[in-house]
Amino acid sequence: MEQQLQANGSTRRRFVEWFLGTTLGAVALSVLYPVFRFVIPPEVAESATNRVLAGTLAQMPSNSGKVFRFGSKPALLIRLPNGDFRAFTAICTHLGCTVEYRPDLQEIWCPCHNGFYNLQGVNVTGPPPRPLEQYTVAVTDDKIWVSRGA
Amino acid sequence: MALVQRAYKFLDERLQLEPLAEYARHKEVPRHRYSWAYFFGGLALFFFVVQVCSGILLLLYYRPTAEAAFDSVQFIMTRVRFGWLVRSIHSWSANLMILAAFVHMFSVFLMKSYTRPRELTWWTGCILLALSMGFGFSGYLLPWNELAFFATRVGTEMIHKTPLIGDWLLRFLRGGDDVTGATLTRFFGFHVAVLPMVITFFVVAHLLFVQRQGMHIPVSAQAESGRRPAMRFVPNFMLRELLVWLIGLALLAALAAFLPWDLGQKADPFASAPANIKPEWYFLFMFETLKLLPAHIFDVEGELFGLGAFGLAALLWFFVPVLDWRARKGERSPLFTVIGWLAIVYISGMTLFSLAGGLPK
Repeated sequence: MEQQLQANGSTRRRFVEWFLGTTLGAVALSVLYPVFRFVIPPEVAESATNRVLAGTLAQMPSNSGKVFRFGSKPALLIRLPNGDFRAFTAICTHLGCTVEYRPDLQEIWCPCHNGFYNLQGVNVTGPPPRPLEQYTVAVTDDKIWVSRGA
Repeated sequence: MALVQRAYKFLDERLQLEPLAEYARHKEVPRHRYSWAYFFGGLALFFFVVQVCSGILLLLYYRPTAEAAFDSVQFIMTRVRFGWLVRSIHSWSANLMILAAFVHMFSVFLMKSYTRPRELTWWTGCILLALSMGFGFSGYLLPWNELAFFATRVGTEMIHKTPLIGDWLLRFLRGGDDVTGATLTRFFGFHVAVLPMVITFFVVAHLLFVQRQGMHIPVSAQAESGRRPAMRFVPNFMLRELLVWLIGLALLAALAAFLPWDLGQKADPFASAPANIKPEWYFLFMFETLKLLPAHIFDVEGELFGLGAFGLAALLWFFVPVLDWRARKGERSPLFTVIGWLAIVYISGMTLFSLAGGLPK
């Protein structure tokens, strides 16, 4: 009889411990989960910018470069010594710095970790692991338009 | 004096201070040829207190938005009386705090003070250094200048390389996909609320452990320490520590007054990174190493390889109380002395190389 009572008691104790333990866990979870979700910023749809006016011919002498705004990201427009235009994303593929055109070397340079790309946007020396994404350039009248894709 | 005694009596009657006073009266600090190293932890603590005080003052004028941050710091530096001094003290003291913490850490490492039973003190100390660097990294962005903007972009991009949770960490830190005003607001929150709360907890724990266990005596100085009488903590060691703090304050005041911290140019997210871009000096050794690495090493991207190596080294450094089997047995462990010196030579060598201009452009 006494043994049965003891067994009942220990079962009850185990149940209470389990109940309190899971309640505590559930309370902690119900507090932590919203906090965890709160600190992650909501996704913001990226603006579907595909074509941007990068500048005018007068602003771009031969052998010069210019960083301009392409949607929410910086891009680089280059006028080669022969007068042709090239455009690339200005975000270095190494660690995300903004690159620039070096007229003295006729290469694209990332000042953060001394990475170089050639005028096709291909990484040639330094730490960048991949080429820069290239954009299409079109000149109408004296306006220079840069677009993504074909 | 009578007033002080009466105040003590009043508090003692209510809070039973006598056992604590008794403890302080009996506390001793060992004396040997490396005793000078005992002062650097306290010096880091002193600079931390300066940080808290000067940071609170800066909070009165600083505005944490991308539009207003730079102008508000400029306002502090040009219009507010002694604003230039307070900001300069905050910046210099941050650097001196990290420097004191580094000296403290390396002296603890070389004296093998991390061994049982002081593993927890070592681990809390490592966490404190990481938190201090977090303070430096988050505080660097707050003036919203060019250098800070790109340093934050690069720094968060490095964290992005973390396997599995990199994307999540990047968005968590930046408050979006890119470094924007949202990042600034977040970093401000980390800098003035989250990190102070966490670091206070670890500072208290670290100090309690040190108080509870007393000072460690390195194996090579035990004989000498046995011969020389120990120093009483109150007042002998305390007064010496106070003197070290005064020297620290004098150095800080001189640096802040004669080399006021520059503000630079306001950040422009759509401009090229400036040519002289560099992180704070205590990240320079990593920065310079990443610059030297080729694009690919064994089919792995160079920076991923470098960051992985640094991560592994930090992990081994953290677990040194477990790894140093000889020191655990109370024996000399020359291998770990060599490792400690190699780390010092590498970090200071790369830092000096970077300060001297690094690789030619």
